[in-house]
Amino acid sequence: GKTRALDPMLKKRDDFEDILEERRNSSDLKYALRCYTPVLYKGVTPCTSSMLKSMVLQSDQLHYVINQVSKETGKATDDIKEEASAILEEMAQCLQLSTVRFFAFTLSKAFKTLFRSICVNEDGIQRLQQAIQEHPVVLLPSHRSYMDFLLMSYILYTYDVALPVIAAGMDFMGMKFVGEMLRMSGAFFIRRSFGGDKLYWALFSEYVKTMLKNGFAPVEFFLEGTRSRTSKSLTPKLGLLNIVMDPFLKGEVFDVNVVPVSISYERVLEETLYARELLGIPKPKESTSGLFKARKILSEDYGSIHVYFGQPVSVRSLAQGKVNRCQFNLVPRHIPRRPSEDIASFVNDSAYRLVRAQEENMVLKPWVLVASLLLQYHHQNQAAGQKRGIALGELTAQAVWLRDLSRQYGAFLHWPDHIPPSEVVSSSLTLHRGLVRICEDKVQLAVEQGFSVAPEEELLSQAVILLSCASYRNQALHVFVRPALLALAIHTASSNQKQEVFNSFSFLRNMFSNEFILCPGATVQDFEEACYLLVKTGALQFTQQEVLVTERGHRTLAFLSTMLDPFLQGYQVVCRFLCEEATETLTEKQFIPAVRKFIKKLLLAGRLRYMEVLSSDLQKNSLAALLRLGAVRKMKGTPE
Amino acid sequence: MASNSSSDRQRIAQQRLRIIAGHLRAPVDSDSTILAAECKAQGSKTDVSSERKTVPRRRQEILKWNGWGYSDTRFLFNKKGQAEFTGKRYRLSGMIIPALQNWFEGTFGASVQHKSPAMPILTSSAVQPPTLNEAFVDELKSTGIPCSHDAEDRVFRGHGHCLHEVFALREGKVGRVPDIVVWPNCHNDVVKIVELACKHNVCLIPYGGGTSVSSALECPPEETRCIVSLDTSQMNRILWIDEKNLTAHVEAGIVGQELERLLNESGYCTGHEPDSMEFSSLGGWVATRASGMKKNIYGNIEDLVVHVKMVTPQGVIEKGCQCPRMSTGPDIHHFIMGSEGTLGVVTEVTMKIRPMPEYQKYGSVVFPNFEQGVACLREVAKQRCAPASIRLMDNEQFKFGHALKPQVSSIFTSFLDGLKKFYITKFKGFDPDRLCVATLLFEGDREKVLQHEKQVYDIAAKFGGLAAGEDNGQRGYMLTFVIAYLRDLGMDYYVIGESFETSVPWDRVLDICRNVKARIIQECKDKGVQFSPLSTCRVTQTYDAGACVYFYFAFNYRGLSDPVHVYEQVEHAAREEILANGGSLSHHHGVGKLRKEWMRETISDVGMGMLKSVKNYVDPKNIFGNRNLI
Repeated sequence: GKTRALDPMLKKRDDFEDILEERRNSSDLKYALRCYTPVLYKGVTPCTSSMLKSMVLQSDQLHYVINQVSKETGKATDDIKEEASAILEEMAQCLQLSTVRFFAFTLSKAFKTLFRSICVNEDGIQRLQQAIQEHPVVLLPSHRSYMDFLLMSYILYTYDVALPVIAAGMDFMGMKFVGEMLRMSGAFFIRRSFGGDKLYWALFSEYVKTMLKNGFAPVEFFLEGTRSRTSKSLTPKLGLLNIVMDPFLKGEVFDVNVVPVSISYERVLEETLYARELLGIPKPKESTSGLFKARKILSEDYGSIHVYFGQPVSVRSLAQGKVNRCQFNLVPRHIPRRPSEDIASFVNDSAYRLVRAQEENMVLKPWVLVASLLLQYHHQNQAAGQKRGIALGELTAQAVWLRDLSRQYGAFLHWPDHIPPSEVVSSSLTLHRGLVRICEDKVQLAVEQGFSVAPEEELLSQAVILLSCASYRNQALHVFVRPALLALAIHTASSNQKQEVFNSFSFLRNMFSNEFILCPGATVQDFEEACYLLVKTGALQFTQQEVLVTERGHRTLAFLSTMLDPFLQGYQVVCRFLCEEATETLTEKQFIPAVRKFIKKLLLAGRLRYMEVLSSDLQKNSLAALLRLGAVRKMKGTPE
Repeated sequence: MASNSSSDRQRIAQQRLRIIAGHLRAPVDSDSTILAAECKAQGSKTDVSSERKTVPRRRQEILKWNGWGYSDTRFLFNKKGQAEFTGKRYRLSGMIIPALQNWFEGTFGASVQHKSPAMPILTSSAVQPPTLNEAFVDELKSTGIPCSHDAEDRVFRGHGHCLHEVFALREGKVGRVPDIVVWPNCHNDVVKIVELACKHNVCLIPYGGGTSVSSALECPPEETRCIVSLDTSQMNRILWIDEKNLTAHVEAGIVGQELERLLNESGYCTGHEPDSMEFSSLGGWVATRASGMKKNIYGNIEDLVVHVKMVTPQGVIEKGCQCPRMSTGPDIHHFIMGSEGTLGVVTEVTMKIRPMPEYQKYGSVVFPNFEQGVACLREVAKQRCAPASIRLMDNEQFKFGHALKPQVSSIFTSFLDGLKKFYITKFKGFDPDRLCVATLLFEGDREKVLQHEKQVYDIAAKFGGLAAGEDNGQRGYMLTFVIAYLRDLGMDYYVIGESFETSVPWDRVLDICRNVKARIIQECKDKGVQFSPLSTCRVTQTYDAGACVYFYFAFNYRGLSDPVHVYEQVEHAAREEILANGGSLSHHHGVGKLRKEWMRETISDVGMGMLKSVKNYVDPKNIFGNRNLI
């Protein structure tokens, strides 16, 4: 029973349907104007966007906070109420079907030129329909692109599912016209940080809860908080999840259904943009004109998108046995309180589970495997001083090997088995021709060398390619990370003793828990899963006391531990920086530029293998890990 | 003392003669073969002699041994498939209820073709022979206090009216039951019995009306001593009425309808009317902290009791005066009230009485939805203008009530009904699947009642409520008495169910109603119940700080191998949901053994310790060994 539960091969997943196919064969205008009658929550209280606002302003929660703020600041309650009303005005969505229809039309046009297909699992849509009827629904899509939420609404409109209201960052509001358009398509805007602002927090949380409780619309937000620039899932942010779970915990609704949605792009629109950002090449501010400049991307081929609507997760069943809901019995529920310890850890655990659920249903394209192999090959070659690529035939053979391995590990791999593997590999190379060079049947990354430009510039342009490639490899990390940590643990442990290996696994896992999605408190479970997978694929054997690598296991283990090498080196170099360069006066703000400078120097001197360590994401994560582990301390000080 | 008991004996003898005479008269006047008085639910007054007893020693002569209420009264589907209510006791008796079959089959997916009949008679082989403590029995017999170890008598006192108890009886299954039943006739008899019980170390379980729904009357299976059921039914006299202070001193075995009837003869009432008042006893009310329908005027039992006498293994506990309020440390009445038979037997109670109300008026209000209805009740409570009774039924219960409408006699009435329905649903736009109804009962002098009525209807109007007539109101209250009979009908056709209650702060009322109902439906689904259950609620009492909520829950158990177990799991889950939503463990049913597991979290560790230390002092040998509460 236990091993069956661990076996990722037994995961069942739905089939996909391409929604662009119909768009290519029938009128977009008709589609945009078609009758739209979604099924609503059975307990829905019909209300308009403006009624919502007044419900929020008249809520007990808000009354309480307004009085509290008034007492603290001495301001008149009427003034605070006005302030509240203005904040709400700035925040609120005003979903309008006409705007949605406008988007349905224009996006149809755009999507057809950009993408080959947009594939959706229809069974998931049906489950979502059902869930929406039964309980308030929260949609949790993964976040890899600006496109995500428009795409979500587009799909839901297509399938006649209730359109969501979407929590969006305030930065969108900068784009005047677009901001208002988004607002009319259901977006509501939150300030990025509002630390101790009680009034803002009360308004925001009450606004979200009111929409959720009344079944006004499904509430959609990004658990990762922001777009992942690395294609790795980000450590979940808990604020909004706390808010949407609160009505259930306080008994204001019977249950809340949370639906993780996995959006996988074959080619991410922002591909090189992200790499530049990670390297510290300044990001253009979101602006309407900027968006229009992006028109040139319309001429490129971005492959296909896969959107997988996961199994709805009942918050009630998640909380079963973990939270004692009686804790809300002794204080009026409208008085804001810090979540208790059991609730905080429940929300945190749930958040990780939900991100894992997103990861599991991310579709991987063959290119993800090819990119992983090319990256490893690139670094090995470079170390050996060679500059020639890998033969297409050999690359194909390796890709087939990795295909089989990843399938055994439960990856949701879309590898067309009816096409010869060599063609599969070549066509992925073609789609990503900006990142690879093929010459004389040899394939290598498009890392230009020996140009006469300044060495630092050359370094950065190479790093853009490598980071872009790494972002594709990262898409597969969630499949390999547990076995890879075990491979690395075996490599670093002082002996083959099981306990030693486990200790080493546990250390590495702990260190990397800001880097990868590793559920808190699941060390033993992760270890068991990793062991199970490696034993099942014949790479490891266990005796009473020892862990033994089999003959054929060496290749697998080498591949796996090499996959984590760049991360290991990144953490090492940050430690080195902190030991060698950091002084008492290093502020958080200065950290990234300083460590970046330090790394560049080492890279130019040829003393580091992986350019990936230039990624600010890696640097931030390693600092966070060192802080968490108590190796580094953060002190409050006066600036300057 | 001696003269007292000899006069008692004389009286008993007279009474027996009367009973025999009654039996002899039977063919002439069939009504009088039944010792029960006119039922409260009938609503009309008759000239029954005050000497007639409601509850005979052999209860099975007039009451069902395996179901609710009087033997002559039950629901059945006749040959035409129409529902009928038999007997003559209730307003609904002898009537055809045309809509019930449709409602029943539609709601439960049941069919009148599929019967699940009960075993008609108790086979005495199913009953374990009594474990008798011979020395105790001998001494008891020498006191002359009547007792019996007849199987029927014992079985009758081995259960209350929980679903699992009645279900087992219908299947002819009998577990541990009392070994002897004893009928004390007065306080002193009880003192003697308790002394003997202590002397011979037997277990005493007080038995009043037998209407418990908390497994309180179940004999603990682990009890190895002889179990004696102390039936208080023969202690049923009003000992005196004090018109200066408006109090009455009453023996605790008297049942509710009898108490009211006797007081009414003198122009008084207690006004305490729990739904079980036809059968439940004064002592039982005290022991469980009962609540009455009209508590808004008269108060709950704790407000009505002025003085209590209880016999415990340590002796008799009572206050030394009949004062309205005292500051003399914790009120010892509060050790007695709610003690659920774990400390002793309540023998006599002084209760407040009131002159009978001059005028009574029923009423009802229809609301567009339950939320509005609750908001209205809350406002009524806030303005402290609740009528004697105000109850709000949800939509399902409203429909249920409709299904129980008897056949209308005139075309005119049915025409009026149709018109009313049209006005409410079509003209006023109420959704028939969402609207709900509040039933009202006003009491007092005529002028004030009418004034009060107007005030309440004005508030209701603010919440979209429409007055829906006296009839609807009156029928609503009548149903509280017949609804218990309906469970037996359900059980004849594979449908089992029960009601349970809680109390909850106002801000939680809507949430608890929604969540508990939804939890019941979900649990039934999860436990493999094939048809969706009836899951409904009503708000039955209002307080300053909250309300009492009643849930009804029933389902069709065809296809389930152990329906009672499923039922119990669902009820357990529903109770967990109630507690998680800020509801109480019980508003008035009590804890018994059914809800014991939640006592600690309900009253805290220290609270448990307090109760236990009282028990240890009062009853160190656990003579009152029903193991309720703690």
